[in-house]
Amino acid sequence: MTTAPSFPSVALDCLDNLWFQVAGTLCNLTCNHCFISCSPKNHTLGFLDFETVKRVLAESRPLGVKEYYFTGGEPFMNNELPAMLEETLRYGPASVLTNATLLPEKIVNRIAKAERESLYSLELRVSLDGFSPETNDPIRGEGTFERAMQGVEFLVGNGFLPIITAMRSWRLEEEEEVIGKFTTMLKSRGYDRPRLKLLPSLKIGQEAMRTAGYTDLDWLTDEMMEGYDKSQLLCTNSRIVTDKGVHVCPILVDQAGSNMGATLAESTKDFPLAYQACMTCYAYGSICSNVSSTVTFE
Amino acid sequence: MSRSIALFGGIYSNHVALSRALEDARDRSADSVYCLGDLGAFGPQPDRTIDLLRDHGVKVMQGNYDNSIGNGLSDCQCGYTDPRDNHYARISYQYTFQKTSPPNRKWLGELPELYRFSMGGKRVLLCHGSPRRMNEFLFSSATPTHLLSKFCEDFDADVIVGTHSGIHWSRDLGNGKKFINIGVLGRPENDGTTHVWYAMLSENASGTEVEAEFIPLQYDHERLAEEMRSEKLPEEFVETIQTGWWTTCLEVLPMKERRIGRY
Repeated sequence: MTTAPSFPSVALDCLDNLWFQVAGTLCNLTCNHCFISCSPKNHTLGFLDFETVKRVLAESRPLGVKEYYFTGGEPFMNNELPAMLEETLRYGPASVLTNATLLPEKIVNRIAKAERESLYSLELRVSLDGFSPETNDPIRGEGTFERAMQGVEFLVGNGFLPIITAMRSWRLEEEEEVIGKFTTMLKSRGYDRPRLKLLPSLKIGQEAMRTAGYTDLDWLTDEMMEGYDKSQLLCTNSRIVTDKGVHVCPILVDQAGSNMGATLAESTKDFPLAYQACMTCYAYGSICSNVSSTVTFE
Repeated sequence: MSRSIALFGGIYSNHVALSRALEDARDRSADSVYCLGDLGAFGPQPDRTIDLLRDHGVKVMQGNYDNSIGNGLSDCQCGYTDPRDNHYARISYQYTFQKTSPPNRKWLGELPELYRFSMGGKRVLLCHGSPRRMNEFLFSSATPTHLLSKFCEDFDADVIVGTHSGIHWSRDLGNGKKFINIGVLGRPENDGTTHVWYAMLSENASGTEVEAEFIPLQYDHERLAEEMRSEKLPEEFVETIQTGWWTTCLEVLPMKERRIGRY
């Protein structure tokens, strides 16, 4: 990825969202749209250990963190995830971004119990990129639709209301029809009030190869920031912890320069929008939070 | 005699519930009445709500809806992104904007954003969503205690009171600090009952503590439903008034709160 000569700089307004990259870049799947190219063999970032999570949770309290997110790779590959979630639910609400293909009964029972006993919500965000094997599996891999749906059924059976998260691989004019098909399919599998979140495609990592990456013209400039609501940018309200340190945001986690230090305190300095992927955040807003995401250009 | 204050959350043009709440607060000998904003939306004839509040000398603060209507913005600033939620939010906003008289719009635009007073030896801060953001949703299952404590510290308050999210709750934060979400008068709480909520804030006899009591309020919800239908407001809104289940704006609910509802 090349860089432009000068960039707008963004201050951390408040650390509302704290992310943990608990599985690093390791995933049991190799989806062809993954924005950080996770796979069973990508060791760029490794597993986070429970002690680090505990230390950062304690550090997060005086900073007023509002929500905690767990991502990867596939977070459930990290055996310490259930313990991390139990600990986090003492601090605040937690969300896990998972492909739902690695959900043994023992683990689901354990996190369901943790959720029931906590004051706070535990959200499970399940990635599914199509409403059928024909639409999902070409992106996420052979047999993944059925495996993920078994995971969804299992979560629903244990009292969760998972947020089904799909990357838009369809045209905008097909959106209503696609949402309808997702809803019908989920209801037919026993999820009678499905929650659906749609994401734009991030033109980086594997997705840049699948479709088209950013061009040399895709840079944010000071001019573009005039009159723009900066609170839409993740870097004004988020940080993510990996085994290498604290990075600016989940999207840039594997980019050189995104690592801001070893502690949350060190990561609170301003960040230059020196990456083409910042265009996605600029255009679509806070796509990484739990509420659904819709393209609106007015 | 110890002081007590009635606190009304979002009215959403439910002037029938508001009228009943004003009587109820008077019967409970409230010394004064505050409304924490979001006067319009959802219900019929927004000017009726505004007139009632002004006629009764209620101290009104600005919610995001009032800020939008008062400043002629294009939407209610609720931040919905779900296409279905946005569809209904748009209908509601356009109706409310058109039916709010120009002088009332101007009045909404000039309302204060916060109120502060002392009660029971505590510094009380009234806000709409949160002290830092008018349109911030604070649901019980998605709001860490440490964040609420930080708000108290950052905004020099012992007791913070808000509304906006539509479901009442409160939490003791330790060290004599408290957060109270008073719920709303505008629509029921997604629990299958038709009543709405407000709160009474009182100081104890020795004037050393402040307590909140949540008041469930029955009102003539069928009369409101009839009026909504005659104004051709969406049947989905009427269903909420008649059944107590939310049918729209569900995307912002965290899982614990969502699980309680029907949809």
